[in-house]
Amino acid sequence: MKNGSAFQRHLRVRQITGYINGTLFFLATLTGIIVLIVLIADVFKDSVGWLDWQFITSYPSRKPQEAGLLSAMFGTLWVMALTALFSFPVGIGTAIYLEEYAPDSRLRRLIQTNINNLAGVPSIVYGLLGLALFVQALSLGRSVLAGALTLTLMSLPVIIIAAQEAIRSVPESYRLGAFALGSTRWQVVRHIVLPNAVPGILTGTILAMSRAIGEAAPMIAISALVYLTFIPVSPMDRFTVLPIQIFNWVSRPQEGFWHLAAAGIIVLLFVLLTMNAAAIVLRNRFQKRTEE
Amino acid sequence: MEIRTTFHKKLREIQDDVLVMGSMVEKAINRSIETLKNRDLALAHQIITDDQKINGKRFEIEEKCIEIIATQQPLASDLRTIVGVLIITSEVERIGDYAEGIAKITVLIGDEPSLKPLVDIPRMAEKTNDMLRRSLQALINRDAVAARQIISEDDEIDNLYDQVFRELLTFMLEDPKTIARATRLIWAAHNLERSADRVTNICERVVFIVTGKMEEIGASKY
Amino acid sequence: MVNNVARLEAKSLELWYGKFQALRGISLVIPQNQVTAIIGPSGCGKSSLLRCFNRMNDLIPGSSVKGQVLFDGRNIYAANIDPTEVRYRIGMVFQKPNPFPKTIFENVAFGPRVNSFIGDLEEIVERALHRAALWDEVKDRLYKSAMQLSGGQQQRLCIARALALEPEVILMDEPCSALDPVATLKIEDLMKSLAENYTIVIVTHNMQQAARVSDMAAFMMMEEDRAGVLVEYGSTSKLFTNPKDKRTEDYITGRFG
Repeated sequence: MKNGSAFQRHLRVRQITGYINGTLFFLATLTGIIVLIVLIADVFKDSVGWLDWQFITSYPSRKPQEAGLLSAMFGTLWVMALTALFSFPVGIGTAIYLEEYAPDSRLRRLIQTNINNLAGVPSIVYGLLGLALFVQALSLGRSVLAGALTLTLMSLPVIIIAAQEAIRSVPESYRLGAFALGSTRWQVVRHIVLPNAVPGILTGTILAMSRAIGEAAPMIAISALVYLTFIPVSPMDRFTVLPIQIFNWVSRPQEGFWHLAAAGIIVLLFVLLTMNAAAIVLRNRFQKRTEE
Repeated sequence: MEIRTTFHKKLREIQDDVLVMGSMVEKAINRSIETLKNRDLALAHQIITDDQKINGKRFEIEEKCIEIIATQQPLASDLRTIVGVLIITSEVERIGDYAEGIAKITVLIGDEPSLKPLVDIPRMAEKTNDMLRRSLQALINRDAVAARQIISEDDEIDNLYDQVFRELLTFMLEDPKTIARATRLIWAAHNLERSADRVTNICERVVFIVTGKMEEIGASKY
Repeated sequence: MVNNVARLEAKSLELWYGKFQALRGISLVIPQNQVTAIIGPSGCGKSSLLRCFNRMNDLIPGSSVKGQVLFDGRNIYAANIDPTEVRYRIGMVFQKPNPFPKTIFENVAFGPRVNSFIGDLEEIVERALHRAALWDEVKDRLYKSAMQLSGGQQQRLCIARALALEPEVILMDEPCSALDPVATLKIEDLMKSLAENYTIVIVTHNMQQAARVSDMAAFMMMEEDRAGVLVEYGSTSKLFTNPKDKRTEDYITGRFG
């Protein structure tokens, strides 16, 4: 081999460099995992003995032993359902328009830039917007509806971007094939683009929703109640949600409430993980259906 | 920019082979006339054996052509060249056979006394060789004008043949004992006349390779 | 067997993508029930020309067409013609097999469905698959995904998909470039037999393929400003044995590139 000795020497250095870098990256990955494990273990430890049926079926109370999160859980379910109802059609409609219909104009690029930026706006800002727009200007009060609309505004950019990604990932060759068979643009969207984009759209939407229900800040901004002793029955009722309930418990001085907060976090995590799992299951189901 | 260099190099090699084969045939004609003049039976047998080499060369070229068609898929002028070369080599090979035929006539004549000193037959051979050489040169140069010119010169051969035929006819009329010997000389002249006709066929192929047109140019008198 | 009934005709056709001229002064007549091949170096505009014949270029933002494409004597670029109708009557097969991720049946039924066919869909699908020489291979798995077929089968499915609409012309854009040699020969054979009932225009970068399948051949080239022009158009046997134009000769014998 030419220059055999130099090659061998450098090869050794190259291999060691690669090994060191690989180890560093592994340690970086480990940091996140360890933090997560410690967090969950700590929360679990604190919640032991507090997370029971009574906790789930009771209203908030001054006495930690009698307190529960029934109203907060129903509030979260209400807000979630309404947010999904509003944000899903609007988000997908926007994504379809931007990807399939809008001509490549300056206006389109302006809208796109705005959406991208909105996705990065802090959630408290959406809370303040919701307060000004829905609670006050539209006189919806501090209702479930106002909360859901606020969260809709917050999750729309994320849903739109996720849906756009999903629509863009449908191969152009499918569209051309459908056009060449005499399809109109709507038929291409309806029969080719949407069926193939649905798994991606669903995943993105559910992830956006699960992020939204974990948010306390915008709900605090529109002043959702912290002490609610009834279950909301209409969209115009007042409400509270899990993150606010947890936040409230954490800020109490008595130690018993800290345990309640830990138990609340477990419930919230359970809801979030269930939704994420649903996203994965749905995506797999749809993918299988199209590949078969 | 030349892209298919290997292919075109092979194509040139095949045409060089045709030139080599042409010079082999040319040599055979020259020697066959010499044997006819000098009654050199040994040389005559040599010519007959050497014809195998000409035939071998022809098969060699043919195989190369088939290989290049199978592996390179020639098109347009390249395709016409290959097809033209295939036909031209078969014509050249036939001319070789005519030279061999003259050598065989020499063997037939054996040691019979000669009828007359040969004049026109060597001239025919010289002209035929000249035409053959130039026709293959026209192939290499892709020169349709030269090819047409050569075809028009076939008349000279036909005239010489006429002359040989009439002269030998007078011998036979004067003395019937010369009929056998004179007839053999007519055969030899006839072989040369046919050879020149083959050259005109070669020229027609050259015109086809250059222009892509298949045409019968100036039909021979015989 | 040269048939002189014109099925498609380009007249002084020009294609622009924004300010870039992709085609210039293209005039040619595509005869009925023949296979017409368009050959030429990459980027010479042969695929662009093909896409002018069913207005697929309309889908590219900023494209514009001057001149005419006559189909049955009507200019398909006239203001009163809907491109959907053009594509309904002129089918297209693409370079890479692009079956939809649906069942084999649904792929073939797609065209009839979106164009509101009335009639027995199963019969239509079966007939199209027969014509595309695919029926025997898929008749037992019509309701399985088309994605499981081999590349060659997928391309024949795409041909069947186009045939299901009973088009008058089928445009093929390098239909074999993603296929192995045996699948390629099968498609070529299919083209020949389809030409009995349909008019076929094929773009190919494979000269031997053009020589094998086509009756008529067109050679295109880029000019210095990169606009595609038609250099020579005539019978395939003429074009491949004795082209008139020096540029055609140089291209097909590999003396320029």
